[in-house]
Amino acid sequence: MSGEFDIELPLLLEAIHQKYSYDFRRYATSSLKRRLEQALEDFDCLSLSALQERVLREPEVMHGLLAHLTVQVSEMFRDPGFYRALREKVVPYLRTYPSLKVWIPGCGTGEEVYSVAILLREEGLLDHTLIYATDINPEALRKAEAGIYELDRIADFSKAYCEAGGHASLSNYYTAGYNAAVFDKTLREGVLFSDHSLATDSVFAEVQLVTCRNVLIYFDRVLQDRAVALFRDSLCRKGFLGLGAKETLSFSILTAEFTEFVREERIYQRR
Amino acid sequence: MTGKVTPPAERQAPEAVLIGGSAGAIEVVSLLLETLPADFAIPIVVLVHLPRHRPSALGAALSGRCRLALRGPLDKEPLAPATVYLAPPDYHLLIDPGPSFALSVDEPVNFSRPSIDVLFKSAADVLGRRCAGVLVSGANQDGARGLRAIQAAGGWVVIQDPADAAQGAMPAAALALCPDAQVLSARGISHWVQQLPTWQTSRQGPK
Repeated sequence: MSGEFDIELPLLLEAIHQKYSYDFRRYATSSLKRRLEQALEDFDCLSLSALQERVLREPEVMHGLLAHLTVQVSEMFRDPGFYRALREKVVPYLRTYPSLKVWIPGCGTGEEVYSVAILLREEGLLDHTLIYATDINPEALRKAEAGIYELDRIADFSKAYCEAGGHASLSNYYTAGYNAAVFDKTLREGVLFSDHSLATDSVFAEVQLVTCRNVLIYFDRVLQDRAVALFRDSLCRKGFLGLGAKETLSFSILTAEFTEFVREERIYQRR
Repeated sequence: MTGKVTPPAERQAPEAVLIGGSAGAIEVVSLLLETLPADFAIPIVVLVHLPRHRPSALGAALSGRCRLALRGPLDKEPLAPATVYLAPPDYHLLIDPGPSFALSVDEPVNFSRPSIDVLFKSAADVLGRRCAGVLVSGANQDGARGLRAIQAAGGWVVIQDPADAAQGAMPAAALALCPDAQVLSARGISHWVQQLPTWQTSRQGPK
């Protein structure tokens, strides 16, 4: 990568922040660069400066760039062991609350939201649960709320659902239409899809469970610490935090504020 | 971009050795890791495409035959000496400034996640001249562009001789993009990696 790219990168991020209030300045460098290189190709720009020129003057370019910078590719029940641990080890604690609040930050197009909702329904908890599904990308939130996924992804989702200890068949929860599976809208009756940024927004509710999987990997350590502080401040005492399989609080300044609840599945409990 | 990169006389050892491969790579990597001493100073990062249903094949093949610590890197983990890091399945593995590891679940590249190109390019960007990339046996073209990026950044590039590789397509594709890379047999790669730490002390390079 050229030296100019490294000069232009912080300038572009500053411009985006000032003009649109999206703050990517503390995103992890290597993934951010990859995504921006891809954006340069797709927008047919020769440099980040050229891209910046367009971003500042054409809001629709920012809209497209947002999709590049926040692509959250996930699968339902990704890492079945995580969901099994959630069901077997965490749900018994969640049962003790008269009502539940769950926060799924960086929910992207909603795969994780439906996975958690299905699990909670099977455990009889969904009807007294409020799920906050948040993201900074309005387009992703719209897709999440629609709950429609390409049919060719469903076989993998179904397999993972079974491995995750699903009680029935995933097909109980969707209607297969032309090329797409439409998930049961009663799953999202208790889901609030909302705009929220881990980089710029603050705590909005007290919750018993946060699942934030493969979101922190895109942040640098400073922004990770900010996000983890939000999780800590949102979680009730003894509340649970689920991270992705390769994410850890070990390198965080807040590591002492949590205990490892299910170590191998990265489920933490607030002290 | 692909001009010949002559290693300058004064040269520090690489900060990491990255090894990429696909079909037929496990044997080459095993041969290499068996020969390295337990205190080998340079972190080694291994990315071998593995079938989704057998993601632990590499760890299983290597455990017991390698004196170095073997582990799957976690997000933000700093690269440490005397350690072999195995790229986990279903994530891209990248190097961030530090150097430390970064992971992503972005779309597959070259139909692969992890992709060798993604790892090599990020390492070239962060480590520059102090990056060593080795591409071995494989039946697809992943890694060629990444190796070219390492070469363009002034790093060290080695390709397994396609004639020596169980699957020659991956090294041949890399050779087409990096014609000046060193071409070595599996055994030659082992020897080459073993001598890398000596660059740190010697002005003339390895003796």
